[in-house]
Amino acid sequence: MQKLFQLILLCFALLLMAVGECWAADIWQKERQAMVRSIVQDVNETSRYIGTDELDPRVMEVIGRVPRHEFVPVEERFAAYENIPLPIGHGQTISQPYIVALMTDLMGLKPDSRVLEIGTGSGYQAAILAELSDQVFTIEIIKPLAEAAAKRLQRLGYDQIHLRVGDGYYGWKEEAPFDVIIVTAAASHVPPPLIRQLKPGGRMVIPVGSRFMVQQLLLVEKSDQGEVTTRQILPVRFVPLTGTH
Amino acid sequence: MEPRFPRYSIALISAAALGYEILLMRLFSIIQWHHFAYMIISLALLGYGVSGTFITLARERLLARFPLVFIINLLLFGISAVACFLIAQRIPFNPEQLLWDRQQPLWLLLIYLLLMLPFFFAANAVGLAISRFHHQVARIYGADLLGAGLGSLAIIGLLFLFFPERVLQLLGVMGAIAAALACWELGFQFRYRWLLFSFVALLPLLLPIKWLTPVISPYKGLSQMLHIDGATVVDQYSSPLGLLSVLESMRTPLRHAPGLSLNATTEPPPQLGVFTDGGGMTVLTQGDNERERFTYLDQLTSALPYHLKKAGKVLVLGAGGGADVLQALYHQASTIDAVELNPQMVQLVRQHYKDFTDDLYAKAGVQVHMAEARGFVAASDQRYDLIQLALMDSFNASSAGLYALNESYLYTVEALQAYLDHLTPGGYLAISRWVRLPPRDTLKLFATAVVALRNRGIENPGQRLVLIRGWQTSTLLIKNGSISTEEIAALRHFSQKRAFDVAFYPGITREEANRYNQLRQPHFFTSAQALLGSSAVEYIQRYKFNIQPATDDRPYFFHFFKWEQLQEIWGLRGQGGFPLLEWGYLILVVTLIQALLAGVVLILLPLFFCRSQLRGGLVNPWRVFLYFGSIGLAFLFLEIAFIQKFILFLSHPLYAVAVVLCSFLIFAGLGSICSRRLAAMWGSLVTLKVAIVSIGLLGGLFLLLPQILFPALLQLPELAKITISVLLIAPLAFFMGIPFPTALTQLGSDRPALIPWAWGVNGCASVVSAVLATLLAVHVGFSLVVLAALLLYLFAFVVFRKCYV
Repeated sequence: MQKLFQLILLCFALLLMAVGECWAADIWQKERQAMVRSIVQDVNETSRYIGTDELDPRVMEVIGRVPRHEFVPVEERFAAYENIPLPIGHGQTISQPYIVALMTDLMGLKPDSRVLEIGTGSGYQAAILAELSDQVFTIEIIKPLAEAAAKRLQRLGYDQIHLRVGDGYYGWKEEAPFDVIIVTAAASHVPPPLIRQLKPGGRMVIPVGSRFMVQQLLLVEKSDQGEVTTRQILPVRFVPLTGTH
Repeated sequence: MEPRFPRYSIALISAAALGYEILLMRLFSIIQWHHFAYMIISLALLGYGVSGTFITLARERLLARFPLVFIINLLLFGISAVACFLIAQRIPFNPEQLLWDRQQPLWLLLIYLLLMLPFFFAANAVGLAISRFHHQVARIYGADLLGAGLGSLAIIGLLFLFFPERVLQLLGVMGAIAAALACWELGFQFRYRWLLFSFVALLPLLLPIKWLTPVISPYKGLSQMLHIDGATVVDQYSSPLGLLSVLESMRTPLRHAPGLSLNATTEPPPQLGVFTDGGGMTVLTQGDNERERFTYLDQLTSALPYHLKKAGKVLVLGAGGGADVLQALYHQASTIDAVELNPQMVQLVRQHYKDFTDDLYAKAGVQVHMAEARGFVAASDQRYDLIQLALMDSFNASSAGLYALNESYLYTVEALQAYLDHLTPGGYLAISRWVRLPPRDTLKLFATAVVALRNRGIENPGQRLVLIRGWQTSTLLIKNGSISTEEIAALRHFSQKRAFDVAFYPGITREEANRYNQLRQPHFFTSAQALLGSSAVEYIQRYKFNIQPATDDRPYFFHFFKWEQLQEIWGLRGQGGFPLLEWGYLILVVTLIQALLAGVVLILLPLFFCRSQLRGGLVNPWRVFLYFGSIGLAFLFLEIAFIQKFILFLSHPLYAVAVVLCSFLIFAGLGSICSRRLAAMWGSLVTLKVAIVSIGLLGGLFLLLPQILFPALLQLPELAKITISVLLIAPLAFFMGIPFPTALTQLGSDRPALIPWAWGVNGCASVVSAVLATLLAVHVGFSLVVLAALLLYLFAFVVFRKCYV
């Protein structure tokens, strides 16, 4: 009798957990959609200045799918779908979703693009990239972060992401050249080896600013002839600079 | 005979409290960013105001147990000075999350409250003594000021000798020593007192020093670098100018070369990072006889002047770890004068890392000067082919607007004129800045150059200016002469090779200006044209950021904030708008608002609770408030304006703070002590009149000094300048020490219950004053701050007259 009771209790607990999981998944899904809507709205307001009316629908669809809450520390989960950057330990952050969306859009990814990311961090950006392209290579210099990100990405099924612990300055020579490079780790300049590893016609995106506040997005473009130019994009609708000028 | 008041313990506790204030500023500048440190310490000083309120409310009970309460407060100062810091630095406050993380404001409040405690106890001791011995107010206040004056000198000396955490331990001991002194002075005895004092004195010394070592915010540069495998701090040096940490990264080279061209193919040789207060990295670069290894130095915007003219005699202002000196050597300059403010930085290159840098500062032709840049230029009779003003601040602090309150005499109109006066005919002044978007510093600098040239009688400044930019840095050249067509060809070639854009040169076309580093509009080009045009003034007015040139009277080059932006940026907060805010200025405003609100509550509270005690009699509490509020404001207005004005004269911020603060406090202390005798001779009204008239005259005279006296004396040796400064300050400070004790003595004979309240009002006013003085200086300049102080003194006198005549 007692055993039966225990069994019933166990079944009940399992049922509760399953319901709870579904319920939580549903809540996360709702929050994620709310976040996507807020990004879409922000982009609409900013459109004139970031040079596009709307972001690539594929990017927005992916942002609406990748579980950001899995990439933030447990104590920050309640804010996982707010449009703000969050600390992830080791003095690093997971970027503001709006900025992630803008950067990913700027990269102009195709399914066959080879992508290199310098600064894996939590792995969120890599996961987004992996949803859009099959060949994602990512390098993280802080070992514990890299290990945590590797485990996390594996758990979430992102097997196609190649992750390496190390110095990103020299890129990933064996896998070069790349169509797209994103540098999220702070650097005092654009590393020449990375420019070399960019294909002609390729793009590099670098957010410039502090850990919590992105001042501008630097888009480095290599023309088919190999000429390198930059575009500096302010992620904000803050012009014109003078009233009537 | 009156009982003797505990003069030595009061002087000691005042010295310790002032030392603690300066020490906290140091500690929190290491932990946080300088401006948050400023806000935290300003608010903590409200402990003085809290004390006034506390004593007013509990006066009778406290005075009844006087010696004991006095001694307990001294002991508690010592204990809390260490304990409160210990707890406060463990609070996970992160200013960058302040605006969206709801916990952050609470953490901040907790830090305020904790750090307020030591000041509260110190102020209690002095406030209680003033209440208890109110016939000797003048002497007590004198001891308080004298102690603080000596404390200001002592703390600077201690900070040169020891690391801040050690100094904190020493200050912790001071509480127990002051308590022991007080027992002796007051003839107060109780059992086991020596045991108690020894225990409290030993407590901070027994704490593991590691607990007290400031924990640098995880978001500052040094903490970030330390996460890299193989990166360690190999050396640390501390002085009041900052904590220098030398970082070695064994596995991952540092490769610091901000502004490096996109077309560069080489990278820097091995480097060691040098962080000041855990941020603002500069580097020591490994010396090498192979010139090729330094090719990267030719790939920076700052290399431009070397391509226009053969470099002969070069002056590098802000040499730091020597990157610009290396650049000059690479370009084969014949002689290089390198000026660096921080002697420890020079020692790093010259002694500790002599082998690593290949004794860079002893290379043929290189001469290092430990001096402040403006002071060095003013005292120099040399002329240079090139003056390089290095990129000294770090990008992040600069881009977050954290420097807004930092006065900088390097980028004012007068500064540029001084540099121009030291150029040979055809020589260049080159100033590099970070490129910030929307454009700010670069344009302000351009505007400053235009004004400086016009002031020097150049009708067409555009003929002498060149501006180039990469995506990260810009370099402005000002030539002592007109730019030639050969030079234009050379600069175009230089820029094209390195994918830099030319933003201005005489004859530039719009198409050239936005080629490699594209902005949506060629902002730098259009702004440069506008700033040279006839409607420059309107353009500056219309511009969204403050790009009005800075002057020596308003030396806030980094202040770009305009109130008009605030609403718009706030509306953009979801869209990454916050980085556009100029934090430094806003922090100042927020500090002022907090101090005002807290001050009002603290001042009103006793009025509400002890109405019967405080009201009635000859003196209306509101007049007391107006009087002590005004002189509290005025005293710090003058002190702060003097420190600022003397920074230029003494050519060193540290000398200025030490000399001005110490002379002000000591001579005001002497003034206070003498005020009693003067009041006995002339009566308090006449004494006050003499004091106010003298302050007016001397303060007015001071307004003229910087223009007349300083330029003539700038070339004197340092000791002479310090002596002259003390002599200039002494009489003014002496008279400034009179108004507070004179009125307080008068108050004591009329309504002693109001004494601690007046003490509290003065404390609150002082906190507000320090912040308000800077804010006023940003907007109207230091001369008007001095004028406001003089008017406040006059107003105080009128209020006093109303009470007693």
